[in-house]
Amino acid sequence: MTPSPSHKLYLKNLRREHFFVHTAQILIFFLFLILWEAAVRLKWIDGFIFSSPSRIWNTFLSMAIDGSIFYHICVTLSETIGSFLLVVIIGTVLAILLWLSERLSKIIEPYLIILNSLPKSALAPLLIVWLGTGIKTIIVTGISIAIFGTILNLYTGFKETSSDMQKLIYTLHGTKKDVLFKVLLPSTIPLQISIMKVNIGLCLVGVVIGEFLASRQGLGYLIIYGSQVFLLEGFLIQSSVYLDD
Amino acid sequence: MTAKFLFCFRYSNIGKTTLLSLISGLLSPESGCILLYGQNVKDDTCHIGYMLQKDHLFEWRTIFCNLKLGLEIQKKETPENLNHIDQMLTKYGLWKFRDSRPSQLSGGMRQRAALIRTLALDPDLLLLDEPFCALDYQTRLSVSDDIYSIIKGEGKTAILVTHDLSEAISMADRVIVFSERPGRILREVPIKFEMENRTPIAARNAPEFKTYFNLLWKELNHHDTLALS
Repeated sequence: MTPSPSHKLYLKNLRREHFFVHTAQILIFFLFLILWEAAVRLKWIDGFIFSSPSRIWNTFLSMAIDGSIFYHICVTLSETIGSFLLVVIIGTVLAILLWLSERLSKIIEPYLIILNSLPKSALAPLLIVWLGTGIKTIIVTGISIAIFGTILNLYTGFKETSSDMQKLIYTLHGTKKDVLFKVLLPSTIPLQISIMKVNIGLCLVGVVIGEFLASRQGLGYLIIYGSQVFLLEGFLIQSSVYLDD
Repeated sequence: MTAKFLFCFRYSNIGKTTLLSLISGLLSPESGCILLYGQNVKDDTCHIGYMLQKDHLFEWRTIFCNLKLGLEIQKKETPENLNHIDQMLTKYGLWKFRDSRPSQLSGGMRQRAALIRTLALDPDLLLLDEPFCALDYQTRLSVSDDIYSIIKGEGKTAILVTHDLSEAISMADRVIVFSERPGRILREVPIKFEMENRTPIAARNAPEFKTYFNLLWKELNHHDTLALS
């Protein structure tokens, strides 16, 4: 089937719109970099404090040549992925438990809300005392930031799944297990994915906070080290933003 | 076994779903028990198919996977049973959509698919809870024709709940009129049409249709006025 002329025009406009949006996004990025670089070169701002894109690039190159940057990125990445996976597994299991027992969920819900609103970064120093200064503390910090929100969101999603769909399973003589595997888990996949998207970011934040306090490696450590020796700050913030995207 | 249609007709919406849930064994009666062919409906050996108001076909499964949901749950995915689904798909004009998603089907086709899902478990008794209420009038007429012929073709007994007088008369062998709360049986009317190969559409044009309609209409209004006075 060949598209009609009006449809062709519509498609063309759609492509043009896409092109415009992408070009604008890239332009904004480079304009920002040029403005920053120019501001430093023309001495509008102090390059020592604000750094500049060219200095960041040079530092990145030198760290890339000796390989240290990749080592630190790998450490942070693996810690983030580790805590992310644990959050997904523990969160899903606990949300299912809450759904299985309405009584349990009634008892525990206020505690979950309190724990979720707690500033978890404040817990990090405590975790160091309890768990030491190893990778364990960092992963637990990452988990602690994302876990409670995950449980609450997923449990709400389970509860909001159409009760008629669940009834359908019972009319086919299914059990609660069938409701879980045939209805709840598949129907909440979009929700699970959106929760995961939020979680990977939250875990990274948690891991970096953990590394601030209890590590000799990783991006969080580099940020602290950089700010103390007044060298790498700009670069490091930039690189963590990169990862976040 | 010849197909027999029993129709519950309720003119209020109080308690009909509860009644069907009780018959299907989803709910337990506070006292007494419900027997079908001498067996308690709560027993596993009793096979009752219950079709809900909406089709609830799962969007994440293909039509065929939706239809074998009941077999999956009861672990009866034998080749014969799966074959039976395929036969029904062909017979009732859904073969082309075997591997489509539910959203690609029209309302009427979805309703047929939902019925096949219920029939796949080969129930002794079918319960239908206002199966056409989500459809527009024209679709409703043609789907009720389809459902009628499917149920008749498979030789099943069905209880269908509806608020629509003419729907009840056109499809039923027996119409049972229920009262307002507390629900009691007001009247049982056997429906008989003098025709071969009866279909709901043909029944609507038969001379007896009007007689039955007036009879039931009077029955309902008579009780309405009683309730008001």
